Amino acid sequence: MPKLIKLHDGHAAFANDAYMTVTDEDATPASGGVILPLARYRIEGAALLDEGRNVGVLLQPDEAIEELSDDLTRLSVVALSFPKFRDGRAYTSARLLRERFGFGGEIRAVGDVLREQASFFIRCGFDAFEPADGSTPEQWMAAANRFRHVYQRGADDRKPAFVERIS
Amino acid sequence: MYRYDYIDRAFVEDRAAEFRGQVARRLAGEITEDQFKPLRLMNGLYLQLHAYMLRVSIPYGTLTPNQLRKLAWIARTYDKGYGHFTTRQNIQFHWIKLKDVPDILGHLADVEMHALQTSGNCIRNVTSDPRAGASADEIEDPRIWSEIIRQWAAIHPEFSFLPRKFKIAVTATAHDRTAARLHDIGLLMRKGRDGGVGFEVIVGGGMGRTPYVGPTIRDVLPAEHLLSYLEAVLRVYNRHGRRDNIYKARIKILVAQLGAEEFARQVEAEWAQIDHPAIDAPQAEVDRVRAAFAPPAFEAVTGRSDAFEAAKAASSSLARFARNNVHLHKQPGYAIVDISLKAPGETPGDATAEQMELVADLAERFSLGELRVTHEQNLVLPHVKLDDVAAVHAALAGAGLASANINLVSDIIACPGLDYCALANARAIPIAQDIALRFAAADQAENIGELKIKISGCINACGHHHVGHIGILGVDKKGEEFYQLSLGGSAAEDAEVGKILGPAIPADKVTDAVDHLVGVYLRERHAGERFIDTYRRVGLVPFKEAVYAEAH
Repeated sequence: MPKLIKLHDGHAAFANDAYMTVTDEDATPASGGVILPLARYRIEGAALLDEGRNVGVLLQPDEAIEELSDDLTRLSVVALSFPKFRDGRAYTSARLLRERFGFGGEIRAVGDVLREQASFFIRCGFDAFEPADGSTPEQWMAAANRFRHVYQRGADDRKPAFVERIS
Repeated sequence: MYRYDYIDRAFVEDRAAEFRGQVARRLAGEITEDQFKPLRLMNGLYLQLHAYMLRVSIPYGTLTPNQLRKLAWIARTYDKGYGHFTTRQNIQFHWIKLKDVPDILGHLADVEMHALQTSGNCIRNVTSDPRAGASADEIEDPRIWSEIIRQWAAIHPEFSFLPRKFKIAVTATAHDRTAARLHDIGLLMRKGRDGGVGFEVIVGGGMGRTPYVGPTIRDVLPAEHLLSYLEAVLRVYNRHGRRDNIYKARIKILVAQLGAEEFARQVEAEWAQIDHPAIDAPQAEVDRVRAAFAPPAFEAVTGRSDAFEAAKAASSSLARFARNNVHLHKQPGYAIVDISLKAPGETPGDATAEQMELVADLAERFSLGELRVTHEQNLVLPHVKLDDVAAVHAALAGAGLASANINLVSDIIACPGLDYCALANARAIPIAQDIALRFAAADQAENIGELKIKISGCINACGHHHVGHIGILGVDKKGEEFYQLSLGGSAAEDAEVGKILGPAIPADKVTDAVDHLVGVYLRERHAGERFIDTYRRVGLVPFKEAVYAEAH
């Protein structure tokens, strides 16, 4: 299992994963936080939330983030899957979660998650990562901070160049 | 011209440093070629048939003399002494060693250049009118908005892993020299009713194996909302573009499948939800970039140059050069001078280090320090005083750069083809050379007039064969190079995809076939008609009969 890196106030650190990611075949664990695929969340999610469990949803790239728009206030994690690093759909999902739906919970990148993508993840609003390449938090943040300036507004708080220039 | 400020400089330095680290990890064996590939592609580095190829971005085709000198120096120091200008206003070096690339990127950064996003499934170099800032009928300099787009697209956090590559062209005159309707997004500047600047937005044009002339999805977009609107288009594409099949992944397929109206509706719905002020370049930034493209310091001279007229009268070669390569400038007494990189028998788009240095010197002395690259693989001195044209011509002639064939039969676009490219099915360069040599007689070429021949070595269409008046596509027939001809394409404002003439023909018959096509045109043409006009009037049949007559 990849180790979980979490971002907090611009600092990254390994974190214990308080969630069990349940695949389609697994039984749902009796206690603790769970991250469910969308289809299973539809069936089991409400009951688990009513029990007071922490619940997250794992979305595949072809599953629209709007599917969760009514559930976001109750979800503590949205995990976005990268079956291949080349599949960039989840970057849009993350930005929409933060910027359009105001989601304040954890957005986790899972799957083919590589250090070279660190800045893209963070700029789109991800704050938890399961690196597939064994990156340490130090390596992760070094990659994320390679550029002193950015040119466009993302879901992070970096100022685009056109703001830096007039401030 | 736009010059980098501290932010732009830091950005390209950081990019070079990042790639230096990535190359070091590759050379040390810490990452595999598979893992390295996407990283090098983001820096314009391809692995071709014989060596690495580095594609350097020339944003909107604008160069300073010092930038061109640096490209010449790179060609001499790290390559075989030449470079190849491409159909997207970039330059490629075909014989690069991996270990040198970080240094090359560093040298490019020194002159405010980069190779960022010249490959990969991201937003590529923004192309624009090579006559920007010099055309009388332009609404405003399209490079202002091209530069704003260039910055917005640079390592965009959301749009760097698109289904496929993404190309944007911007133009601001009625005559389109950017092939805007054949881009993923074409932006045609329009004057709004309120006097403000706007864009007609075309989405989903393209070439490749499924060519489309792009439909207009918005008649006038106020320019100040350009970035938020682009963000909406890219977002719809990033979410819904196909990713299961590389040949169906360009935005043109999505637009065609949804229909232009439905695609436009989705874009407008997305755009309505975007926080425009957060994304759009603020007025202060637009003003800053606009100021950078303020007209250069033209001298007040009369519109007629007695020296130029006398020199033309004395030299038929200068007169011919003036007829074909020298164009009207917005400023009285100035001209736009095209430099052909299509000397018959040479490789289209290639320039040696010495030629680049000469052109850089000419730009400095005679063109107010500016030069341009065209998508037709030529160079331009955009601001030459008529008084100086004869001196420019003489200097070009001494370097083999005075071919007076702009827009003529030998001004051929050709991709690198099987001589370099791993994707090609057939060679393109020797075909171009052979045709150009057949029509090397200048009087004959001028008599034939405007004729755009475009050659691609495979269906990816880097040589734009779909939109050639005569298009030539290399195909592989049981291991032999064959060529499929098409007629009637256009990349201009009357954009059209050409029609296939008939069965593919062997390499040694291609030039004869072009000769037959030209013969039909000369026989059928009415006064004032170009090849394309005659074709449009008489249709495919007489041309087809002439080319395939022998087979019957």
